[in-house]
Order: sequence, then structure tokens, then C-alpha cells
Amino acid sequence: MKQMPKRKLDKGTLLRVIKYFFKSYPVLAPIMIVCILFQSVTATLPAIFLQKVIEAIDKWQPTSNWTEAVLEIRPLIILLATLYVLSIIAITTREQLMAYMTQGFLCKMRRQMFDGMQNLPIKYFDTHKHGDIMSYYTNDIDTLRQLVSQSLPSIIQSSVIVLCVLGIMLYYSIWMTLIVLLGVAIMLLVSGKIGGGSAKYFIRQQKAIGATEGFIQEMMNGQKVVKVFCHEEEAKSDFDKINESLYQDSYRANAYANMLGPIIMNIGNILYVLIAVAGGVFLAANVPNFSISGAAFSISIVVPFLNMTKQFTGNINQFSQQINSIVMGMAGASRVFSLMDETPEVDDGYVTLVNAEIKENGEIIETNKHTGHWAWKHPHQDGTLTYTLLEGDVRLTEVDFGYVEGKTVLHDVSVYAEPGQKVAFVGATGAGKTTITNLINRFYDIADGKVRYDGININKIKKSDLRKSLGIVLQDTNLFTGTVMDNIRYGNLEATDEECIAAAKLSGADTFITRLPDGYETLLTNNGSNLSGGQRQLIAIARAAVADPPVMILDEATSSIDTRTEAIVQRGMDKLMEGRTVFVIAHRLSTIMNSDVIMVLEKGRIIERGSHEQLLEQKGTYYQLYTGAFELE
Amino acid sequence: MIRQLAKSVREYKKPALFTLLFIILEVVIECLIPFITADLVNKVKTGAEVVEICKIGALLAGMAICSLACGGLAGFTCAKASAGFAKNLRHDVFRKVQDFTFTNIDKFSATSLVTRMTTDIANVQMAFMMIIRTAVRSPLMFIFSIIMAYVMGGALSTTFVVIVPILICGLLLIAKKAMPAFRSVFKKYDNLNESIEENVRGMRVVKGFSREEYEKEKFGLAAENIRKDFTKAERIVAMNTPLMQFCLYFNMVFVLFVGSKLSISSGGTLINVGEISAMLTYGMQILMSLMMLSMIYVMLTMSSESAKRICEVLQELPDLQNPVNPVMEVNDGSIDFNNVSFKYSEKAKRYALEDINLHIKSGMTVGIIGGTGSSKSSLVQLIPRLYDTTTGNICVGGVDVKDYDIETLRSSVSMVLQKNMLFSGTIKENLRWGNKNATDEELIEACRLAQADDFIQSFPDKYDTKIEQGGTNVSGGQKQRLCIARALLKKPKILILDDSTSAVDMKTDALIRAGFKKFIPETTKIIIAQRIASVEEADMIIVMENGKIDAVGRHEELLVTCKIYQEVYNQQTNGGVSDEANA
Repeated sequence: MKQMPKRKLDKGTLLRVIKYFFKSYPVLAPIMIVCILFQSVTATLPAIFLQKVIEAIDKWQPTSNWTEAVLEIRPLIILLATLYVLSIIAITTREQLMAYMTQGFLCKMRRQMFDGMQNLPIKYFDTHKHGDIMSYYTNDIDTLRQLVSQSLPSIIQSSVIVLCVLGIMLYYSIWMTLIVLLGVAIMLLVSGKIGGGSAKYFIRQQKAIGATEGFIQEMMNGQKVVKVFCHEEEAKSDFDKINESLYQDSYRANAYANMLGPIIMNIGNILYVLIAVAGGVFLAANVPNFSISGAAFSISIVVPFLNMTKQFTGNINQFSQQINSIVMGMAGASRVFSLMDETPEVDDGYVTLVNAEIKENGEIIETNKHTGHWAWKHPHQDGTLTYTLLEGDVRLTEVDFGYVEGKTVLHDVSVYAEPGQKVAFVGATGAGKTTITNLINRFYDIADGKVRYDGININKIKKSDLRKSLGIVLQDTNLFTGTVMDNIRYGNLEATDEECIAAAKLSGADTFITRLPDGYETLLTNNGSNLSGGQRQLIAIARAAVADPPVMILDEATSSIDTRTEAIVQRGMDKLMEGRTVFVIAHRLSTIMNSDVIMVLEKGRIIERGSHEQLLEQKGTYYQLYTGAFELE
Repeated sequence: MIRQLAKSVREYKKPALFTLLFIILEVVIECLIPFITADLVNKVKTGAEVVEICKIGALLAGMAICSLACGGLAGFTCAKASAGFAKNLRHDVFRKVQDFTFTNIDKFSATSLVTRMTTDIANVQMAFMMIIRTAVRSPLMFIFSIIMAYVMGGALSTTFVVIVPILICGLLLIAKKAMPAFRSVFKKYDNLNESIEENVRGMRVVKGFSREEYEKEKFGLAAENIRKDFTKAERIVAMNTPLMQFCLYFNMVFVLFVGSKLSISSGGTLINVGEISAMLTYGMQILMSLMMLSMIYVMLTMSSESAKRICEVLQELPDLQNPVNPVMEVNDGSIDFNNVSFKYSEKAKRYALEDINLHIKSGMTVGIIGGTGSSKSSLVQLIPRLYDTTTGNICVGGVDVKDYDIETLRSSVSMVLQKNMLFSGTIKENLRWGNKNATDEELIEACRLAQADDFIQSFPDKYDTKIEQGGTNVSGGQKQRLCIARALLKKPKILILDDSTSAVDMKTDALIRAGFKKFIPETTKIIIAQRIASVEEADMIIVMENGKIDAVGRHEELLVTCKIYQEVYNQQTNGGVSDEANA
């Protein structure tokens, strides 16, 4: 659910939205503003024309001479009609422009948000709830749309009309204007009161909705447990309580909101009557008029005044109804901006990855062709260039790291992985296994120590090139909407169908993919919800395989595949790992037993290291894990 | 569909009807006000007595106050009726879901049920409010205003003959063109948001493969595409305002010109200034009411999707019924499967279980082993009648499960589900799901048996420790042990553990099994496990493969006769499968 804005509204937000808007449409936006102004002014014209026409009626009525009267009235009507035609043109232009610009503006905002988001460090996604990020794109963009396309233009229009009408009213009669203003003051007072009550209950309603949603979510997810324990009746009565309190807040919030309209409108009606009576009394009592125009009281002033009163109060009403959405729109805008203003991931690496050709004398030359060999292109300060062959030698030396400053989660970790070695990490949840891999691909940066890749400090390597050289498969498999083939090709956009299929065969995914109704063209939606967890993992492995990276990180990559199937897949996996440096994290010891070196982690420290056999001999933690005396959680 | 939803109005029919009443009154008064105002204006114009003016003024003010009262009350009752309607709908849907069987639950995803009970019901609430407030008001307003305008304005009301058809045709045309455009663009918009969500969730993958630029490009294209479609749709709707303004302006010019002509040529007898002014008001009212009607039309079509989704739940039929004369007691924990076959839905091509024949004596310990997808869970879920067999029958305690009272059966057959969960609340509250009236001693006893007491005692609040939503503040192994304790509290005749100790270490696992043997020997225990060690000592081990029983026997027998069992055994003993938190 939407969260109420906690931070204080930044006054600059509204200005920033407006500035953004004008910057996006430097020509069209001013045209639209002119249209709004023109249209608002024409909206107040009837009062003047009405006054003139009624004056004419008053003058000619006793004679009943239409033929002469028409000479006076016709030019007025023709002028009014002409202005109206212009006004309609202005309105049409404005509305069409608005539709065009609002969508363009939103599209631009969306793209900027998305582009900005892509550049954010992983830390941002680890520390923000995904639902909250999503609501920037849905709820907040929606309120922004309301703000730009309706609230702001409507406020401009209402203000212009109110000012114009006020001017005309003052022009005709200051006494009557004062009565109108008095009524308006009462109106504002009442709407402030009711609006306040409404806001209070809307906030409470929002909270109650959150509580109800939380309860429903929990129950719907645990529905089978409810059934197994025959807990239905209790669930029902618990729900009734929460539901009732939501109802209480919801109906109060809506009641206030619903009452506002009729109350304001009828205060307007009373004001209207008041003006009529006052006009009558003034006329009858021959009260001297006091006005800018200096015109005397007459029916030709009272009648337009009545209509102006309506218009005036109508627009005040408009105004008060827009306030709410302006506040909400600003809150939305400030959240959208907060996403756009996040500091992007810095990438000041200058060592890049290039295709390489190895001459017979061992010299490495950069080339544009795909040769199967890669090299790090390393420009030095003195202007020289060196090339280092990409081999997959990864060394962490005395690394310390903490996600939050002051809270170190990795202490003095040293890991040496030579090209082609398989290095495994074992340890309880939170021991720091995944953290180590997060450092290798620089999702996070180390606090102290060194990480070298083929002898190069990884801080010097361009992040995108570093990551290109690492294939990762994570425990939580994320697939994208598209065909199975598209998903595998995600690892290497240039891969041919044959290469993708070959990768799938290698990872052991081919067997089940060919059994899917449309084979490799089967459409996956909703993170591949139509596949089992194990099948999704197999596709993720194929995706990493097609990238053909020299270094692979497998973080619980086969955890959802049952042991028997894993044994079947194992051969493919072994082939896949051949000749690559591989980091493996697994709960299941059978997955990592054949590693060259196994690191046992505990509370961010490596407490044991060695091969399977060596560790068993040590009879330490690993031995206890292996014999099942410990529970890993 | 409407009839189905209307059933949920119930006690809020009264406020709903009152709303209608108040609104009718309000509309009548509102339509009379310009009529009387015209009179007032004319009086003012002819310079009538102040007293007379004040009299009419007082009448008008009284009417405005009445209208205010009616409008305010209508707003109040309407809020009450619509919020109440929503409350009842949520109540009904929730109740319905509680009566769902496993088959029904499988059909709707949890997230979709949440959306139905929140967003969809909120949409319907809004629509309901619109209907009782505006759907009556607008047509009434329209009709009254036309009548009053005709009565008062005579020839002047011909203006409406021109503008009303224009407006109606225009609005209909716009609505007709805009609706499909919007519907298609909304679907695309949903897809766009889904792809954003995919990116947010899969950011590690995107960054891991350095696909940021690729994703930006993809998103940019999709966003531009949507912009175009949205603009197209919005531009159609944007014709509403000019159309409306045209009608208003036409009315203004027409009334002013023709009105002044009639007024002057008749010397004020046919039409006077007051009527001219009133005609402008009526014109406004008529046009506004038409505009509102077209808005309602749009709103209703939008919310009809939501209504449909809610009805789907309300009309879903539970496929298990309690028998007419149910057996209210379960004799013992014996279980018999007689030629049982089962598939999850009639349309399913493949049977989940085929030709199952099993006879389990009361008090036996039974282990079930098999790969993922071998239907181990399906097999045991038939015992407490979470699903009905497709063919064949199952007897518990010698009686067909279909003859038992469902609640009786399920309290005797206690099951720890594979996808288990704890609910937010204290540990005590969670445990008492098994038995509402359990004493603290009984709770502790059950927890000891499930090897949960030790770690519970280590918490500062012990048995009053709060469990967070989703049970995130206990580890997987602890959660599983709590779930076992909860199931034990039922004091069941049959206890089924569906892979319920996968995250528990082997030592504790063994202790739990030993406890079962010692303290609940009469209870039939069925244990589904991945680890051979968990079932090794069972009186009977069932090996499942592709929905069929591959072999039944004791550990030693199976090691000799069953190939699958051998394979798993060899792999686990040589491979040392120890701990895993997986299916």
C-alpha cells in the first residue's frame, strides 16, 4: 500500500516539476499556458455581456421594439460568439497539447527513473523494499500525472477566473463584492474544517488498509495450514474484527469527503440568495452604489452579479478540491525525485577487456575479431599500454568488509584461486559466503585488503568488463519475460540458437526444455512460474554457460534440484566447470566435495581450509557437518 | 454478476435507500431554486417591496439549507452504505476462501486473492458509491431541469433540442472510441510495470551480465510505445471538454439572443430577465448531468473487471462436502489405500497417482522416499481428505474417509505440510493452533517431543516470543520443529511429516524420531524425507517414482531389491548429504 510521506515536503519540488515540464516542452508549454489564460478570461466574459444585454432589454422592453433593439444587441452577440469560437479553439488546442505533453512528460520521467535505477549500486536494491521501488513507478507516477495534467492547469485557470471575476465585481459594485467575499470566507473556513477531518480519517483508513492487507496476505499464503488445522472459524472471527475497524475509518473518511461538495455548493446557493436579496434591497432603498465604474445600481448589475457569484464560488470549490491532489502529487514527485537523485554506482576503472590474439612469440595483440582469447588492456600513467591475458586468477588478500560502516562481517579473508581451480565456501547462513562473491564482482567494495584479478587490482578494472568476465548463478533464480531461448541468450546477446542449445545441453537443461510444449520457444512469464525451482536453476546455469566466462560463481545454484537429478546433471556441470575458475557455495556437501579447496566460514572468518579429504582428517567443523552432527542454518 | 454482488449489500440496504431518498429531495430542491430565483430577479427588476423580496429570499435560503442538509446526509449515508458494502464483500470473500478446499486454493494464487480482496473491492466500493450518488442524481437532474426549463423558458428551451443530442452523440462517440484504446493500453502498461518489477528483482542478474544498457534500451522502446498509445487514447478523451464548452457557449449565445428578442418584443410578458438568467443555470445543470452520466459509464466499465474477479471467488464451489450422516470418531490409525488413482483436475492429462494399494497398520512408522515430482506429497494429502481420490478409496480406521466428518478426520490426522508457515503472534499462540485449550504443560511437552523446547527456552521471552510475519525471526530448522510441535498438540491418531525435518540436523532429527517411538507408539507416523537416514528405521519404506509405488519394504530388503533406493543410498552415503533446506 501507499505509504504516507514521512519526510517534509520540499518546497522546491513543485518548482522542480514545473521547471522539468517547461524544459521538456519549451515551445508547447508556453502556448498551452497562453491558451489557459485566454480561455479563463473568456470564461468570465458572459457577466459583462449579460450586463450589457440586460441593460438593452431594460431600455427597449417598454417599447417592445425589437427591430431597433436588435441593432444594439446583435453586435454584442456577434462579438461574444466570435470570442467563444476563439475560446473553443483555445480549449481544443490546450486539451490536445495537454494530452500530448502529459504523456510525453511521464514517459520521460519513467525513462529517467529507469535509466537512473539501472546505474544504482546493488546496495540500493539490498536496502530498499522492492515494493517501495515499484510504487515510484506506479502510484507516484500516477499522482504526478494528476498533478501535471489536471491540478496545476485547473489551479491556474481557477485563479485567473477568480481574479477576473473579482475585478469585474469590484468594477460594478464594491458593497456587493464585500458580501460575496464574506460568504467565500465562511466557505473556506468550513471546507478547512471538513477537509481536516477527512484527511485525518483518510490517514487512518490508509493504516487500516495496510493492516487488513497484511492479515489477508498472511492468511492467503497460509491457507493450506489453516485447512489442515481446521482453523477456519478462528480466522474468520479474527478477520471480522480487522474488517470492522477498516469499515469504521473508511466510512468516516468518505463521509467527510462526500459532505464537502454539497455543503460548499449550498453555501454558494445561500450566498446567491443573499446577493439577490441585497440587490433588491439596495435597488428598492436606492442605496448609492460604490464602485470603480461609478455606475448606479440597476437590475443590469444585479443579474450578472448573481451569475458571477456562482462562478466565483464554483471556482473556489474547484480550488479547494485540487489542494488535496496537489499535496499528494508533490509527495509523489518528491519520491520520484529521490529515486532520480540517488548517487549512481561509480565506475572509474580504466582497465578494459578486449579480444586478443596471441602471436607465436607470446606477444598479445588487440583485435576486433572474436578469437576465444581475451586480454586486459591496461593503460599506464606514462602513456604506455600493456596487455595481460585473461586467465581467471583471483586473489583476495586480507580482506575486511562490512555492509554498514563499523559492522565488519568479513575479517581478514584470504582466498587464492588459480586458473581452473574450483573453490568452495561452506558455512552457516550469515557466515559471509555470498558476501565474498559480492566483493569479487564489485557489487560491494572492500573496506580493507586487496582483490586482484590476473594480477590487476580490481578497482582499476571497468566494472562492466569485470562482470562480463564473471558468470554468476544465484540461488534465487530470476528469469525475464520472454522465450526460454531469450533467457539463455541473456548471457551473451550475440550467441546463435545453436550456441544457446549447446549451453543448455551442457548444463543439463536441454532434456526438460525439449519436453516443454513449445520447446525453446516456450514463453516464460512471471519469473518462469510455470517451471519448477530446479528447472529455473538449470536455465540460469545455461544462461551463465552461454556467456562462456573464465570465472564462474555458483551461489547455491543447484539447491532446488533433488539429489538424484543433481547426480544426473553433475556430469554436465563438471564439463561446464572444466578449465574455469569456479567459486561454489552450497549447503549440500555432495555438491562441493570434489572442489580443489574448501573454505569453511564462520562468522566472517575462514576457520578451516583444505580439500575434502584433508578437512575430514582434521576432524573439525567440516567433519562434524559431514557426519551430520551440525545443523547449518 | 450484479445479482451476486448485490447479495453482499445486506444491512446497508437502508443507508443506500436513504441516500437515494435524500438525493431525490436534493435534486428536486436544486431544480426549483433557479425557478424561484427567476421570480426573485423579476421582482427585483420591477422594483417590488423589500418585504416581498425578503420573503422570497427567505424561502430560497430555506431551500438552500434543506438542500445542504439533504446533500450532507446523502454524503454520509452513501459513505456508510458503500463502506459497509465493501466490508460485507471482504467478509464474504474471506469466508468463501476459508471454505475452499485444496483444489480451490490451488486454482487461485495467494497474491491474486489478496488483490481481489483489496484493490478490486476498493474499485467496486467506488463504483457502488458513484452509482448510488450519481447514477440517480444525474438522470433525475437531467429530467427535472428539462421539465423546468420547458415550463419556464417555453420557446427558449428549443436550445436543448439542439445541444442535448449533440452532446449525447459526442460523448457516446468519444466513450466508444476511447474505451478500447484505453483497455489495450492499460494491458500494455501492466506489462511495462511487470518488466520494471522483473528488473528490480533481478538487478543482480542484470548487473552481473552488465546488461544495464540493454535493459535501458528495451525499456525505452517499450515506454515510447506506451506513450504513443496513451497519447492517442488521451487525445480522444481530450475532446470531451471542447464539446462540453461548445454546448455551454451555444446555450449562452442562443439564450441571450433569442431571449432578449422574445423579452423585448413581448414587452417582458413572455420571457423576462429572470427567466433568461435561470435558463443559463438550467443549461449548465443539464449539460453537467450528461457529462456525469458519461463519466459513470466509463467508471462502471472500468470496475466491471474487478467485479468479475470478485465474483469468480464468490461463485467458486468447494468440491468436498461433508457427508450427510458423518462418522464422528476415528477408531485407530490404520490406513488402507484401495486401488487409488488421483489427478489434480478432471482436465489433467496425467494422473498424479496411479494404482496405489497400501495397508498400514495402526502405530506403524512409514517412510516415503522419492525424487521431486514423484507425488509423495499427493499421496499423503489424500489421507486427511485434502483432496478426493479420482478412483478407488481410502480408509482410515477401517472407515472410508469420505464418510467422516471432515473436522473429526483432520483432527485425528495431523499433517505437517512441506510448505509450512507460522503466523504472526507469539509462539504460544502459534502452538495453540493445534489445540485451543492446551495447557502450558501440554505445550511444553509437545515442544520437548519436537526438540523445540531447548531453543524456545533460550529466547528471552520464552514461549511468549513474538513470531514475525512469515516466521522470519526463527531459523528454518527451528520453524520446522515448531510446526511439528503444533501438529503434535492435536494428539493425532496419524501424524504425517511431509519433508518436515529437512533443515533439522541429523542428530536432532534422530532424537525426534526416537521420541516418537517412545512417547507416541500408538500413533501411526508417516515420514516423507530426502535423507535415507530419516526413514532407515521405519517399519515400512515406500519408494515412489512418477506417481507409482516402485517398491515397499524395510531398509535391508530395499537395499537388495530396489534399484532407486540403492542409488539414493549410495549417493548419500558416499556423497554425504547432510543438511539441506530444500524440496
